[in-house]
Amino acid sequence: MKSMEEFTEEIGDTSFVSVRGGATRWNLGGSLTEGAIEVEAPQGVIDFKPEEMIVRVGAGTKLSNLQNDLTELKQEVALAGFPDSSVGGSLAVGSSSHRRARIGAACDVLLQADCVGADGKQFVAGGPTVKNVTGYDICRLLVSSLGTLALMGVVTLRTRPKPEIGVWLKGELPFEEIMRCCYRPASVLHDGSKTFVLVEGYEKDVEKEKASLEKIGMVVLDRELEIPPLQRGATREDLNVGFLDLQIGAVYSNDTHCNIEVSEEVERLSNRIKKNFDPTGRLNPGRKPY
Amino acid sequence: MRKRQRKVKDPLLFSLIEALSEDRVTDGASARRIYSKDGSVMEGGRAGIVCFPEDTSEVAKCVSIANEYDREFVTRGAGTGLAGGSVPCNDPIMIVTTRMNNILDVDLEKRIAWVQPGVVNLDLSNSLKGTGLHFAPDPSSQQACTIGGNVANNSGGPHCLAYGVTNTHVAALEVVLPDASIVQLGSIEGEACGYDLRGVFVGGEGTLGVATRIAVRLTEDPPEIATLLLDFSKITDAAETVSQIIANGVLPAALELMDRNVVAAVEPFAKAGYPLDAEAVLIAEVDGLPDGVSHEVDIISEIAMNNGAREVRIALDEEERERIWKGRKSAFGAIAKIKPDYYLHDTVIPRGRLAEVIQKVYEIAERYDLLVMNVFHAGDGNLHPLLVFDARIPGTLEKVKQAGEEIVRISLEAGGVLSGEHGIGLEKQGFMSQQFSERDLEAQDALRRSFDPENRSNPHKVLPSGSSCGELNSLNDIPEGVWA
Repeated sequence: MKSMEEFTEEIGDTSFVSVRGGATRWNLGGSLTEGAIEVEAPQGVIDFKPEEMIVRVGAGTKLSNLQNDLTELKQEVALAGFPDSSVGGSLAVGSSSHRRARIGAACDVLLQADCVGADGKQFVAGGPTVKNVTGYDICRLLVSSLGTLALMGVVTLRTRPKPEIGVWLKGELPFEEIMRCCYRPASVLHDGSKTFVLVEGYEKDVEKEKASLEKIGMVVLDRELEIPPLQRGATREDLNVGFLDLQIGAVYSNDTHCNIEVSEEVERLSNRIKKNFDPTGRLNPGRKPY
Repeated sequence: MRKRQRKVKDPLLFSLIEALSEDRVTDGASARRIYSKDGSVMEGGRAGIVCFPEDTSEVAKCVSIANEYDREFVTRGAGTGLAGGSVPCNDPIMIVTTRMNNILDVDLEKRIAWVQPGVVNLDLSNSLKGTGLHFAPDPSSQQACTIGGNVANNSGGPHCLAYGVTNTHVAALEVVLPDASIVQLGSIEGEACGYDLRGVFVGGEGTLGVATRIAVRLTEDPPEIATLLLDFSKITDAAETVSQIIANGVLPAALELMDRNVVAAVEPFAKAGYPLDAEAVLIAEVDGLPDGVSHEVDIISEIAMNNGAREVRIALDEEERERIWKGRKSAFGAIAKIKPDYYLHDTVIPRGRLAEVIQKVYEIAERYDLLVMNVFHAGDGNLHPLLVFDARIPGTLEKVKQAGEEIVRISLEAGGVLSGEHGIGLEKQGFMSQQFSERDLEAQDALRRSFDPENRSNPHKVLPSGSSCGELNSLNDIPEGVWA
């Protein structure tokens, strides 16, 4: 496995540079400036502590591989991605799962990041424990930053118990009626015509919830629903093809051309952050997350 | 009848009165004395003019005036903080949010409530009774602390083990930035694009601006709750039980540990039926749907018995459950009766090292001839060793300080962090360089400078500055009602 020192050396301190993970959402936020060097983050699980509910991995680790490893000990991380997505890539785009209402958002997953800053020096953001309010939470800033503030090499993630089972149902019932039949469903998604519900948890409870939903007209899906990625900043008005999460208001869609606008004050503040973290604009040049 | 106008010579005071009103701005000695302290042991604060704005525009005016007069400002809610986060240095303008205490809007369908920062934590959940929803963060000070304070400290509480700390439950914020501009961070629908400005603002200890409206996510009340009281003849067995519960895939809503000394102090008051001869008592609470709850109760009970629990008691009704929690949540009030002074720590360690670190905490206390009591959020490894003493005895304060430093050091050596929920404030600034390198702290400073280039909003806090105004030089006069 590549070491942090090797990763740091590859990044250097002068060239335009980007980290390439699975490149599954490579053009999100803009195209990489021509001539920028591309490096890969370390790959592999370094340490998994189920009793701590944390896992330490190279940011270049394939997310699907990590989830498979965790499944063996009945845990998971609350990140979503395509089959080839890397852990670091999923964090960089802030890819929350469509099960966010039950398992939490991507921004809650990253506990510690061993990074390389624009000056080519390593620094650590966050800490290795599941609860931590020590200093400013730079980890939150890194998630969904598209790698424009620092480049993550090794990350410590929060894991959580994986539910025993999950069942998808579909129907045309109002949201309120569905919510009366289940407690904290993992997903309640609407595709413009139908509503899809994912109930999960302890098997006996799920069976009862499933029966309640069937009683009011929902039908069990015989296959898992394929959900496109979360489009940050998109609202229900932007929904063309995809799903609206009725609990959170998030949009999951393959359409990346949402009408996203940020206020002048947010833009000014964001520009200051970028300038302070990366004065020469060498990290992921050409990309802007806002 | 109209109040008689004061003759105001100080132009700063005059400007603030013009911006708010005469009865909501004061430079009186008693107000300045009151607002020079918070719930922490930090002494040496000096408040300037104290302002009581009622809405966003008034906060913006206060901040704008602070800029105009080149003054610092400190925002303060109920003042229950335990790390000196709202202790003022150098006579800053005090922006007190207690009059901004309105619940502005509750959307039951979207499960969002917009509140002003001065709303008391428990008042929000009480106002939601009957709706099937509640506000999940429940710090032990929830009867007094404000939601604005919860945002500043990213507060936790016993039930944040499963439900997450304040950051998880804040969807959006309206903020007055240190340059007096007003901005909305985050979104009540979906997830905002760009840098997670909402996420970094929460937990910023009031150094990144002033939250003036907060959109919190409301959590569904669980249909079933089971509260277990497990008692052990060895505290290390209780700690091992905690690790094994988590390792077995059970994430309880709460998992709290009290040692023998704490039990002896709270039982006469709470009458919860805590076993007085136990070395440790573990409160475990699981919630959710009935079959899952029952299943998890079985797992926890079995793990506890295998680890030497003498008894597993399950609360039979709501009254018994409330008694069990009353003891836990009022532990610090009861402890105050044992000795006149106490100093509470707040570090986090890996759960798997609880047994070993607690043992070391006892050894440190013994070496310094101090009484230590442990009551803490065991489920997430958040220790709260409490050193209880009488500061009137010469030399005691020095011993307390040294013992405290050793507790912090062993927590860091065990792979832990400085604070789980109280924050850094003034109290732990000096320890920051023990956890972080200079380059790590530079990154944190870059964030702070981005929000507050002039270092005007609650300065001298969090990051080591070499200009701390507070000192742990007197641990006397600890305010009544200190919680953890």
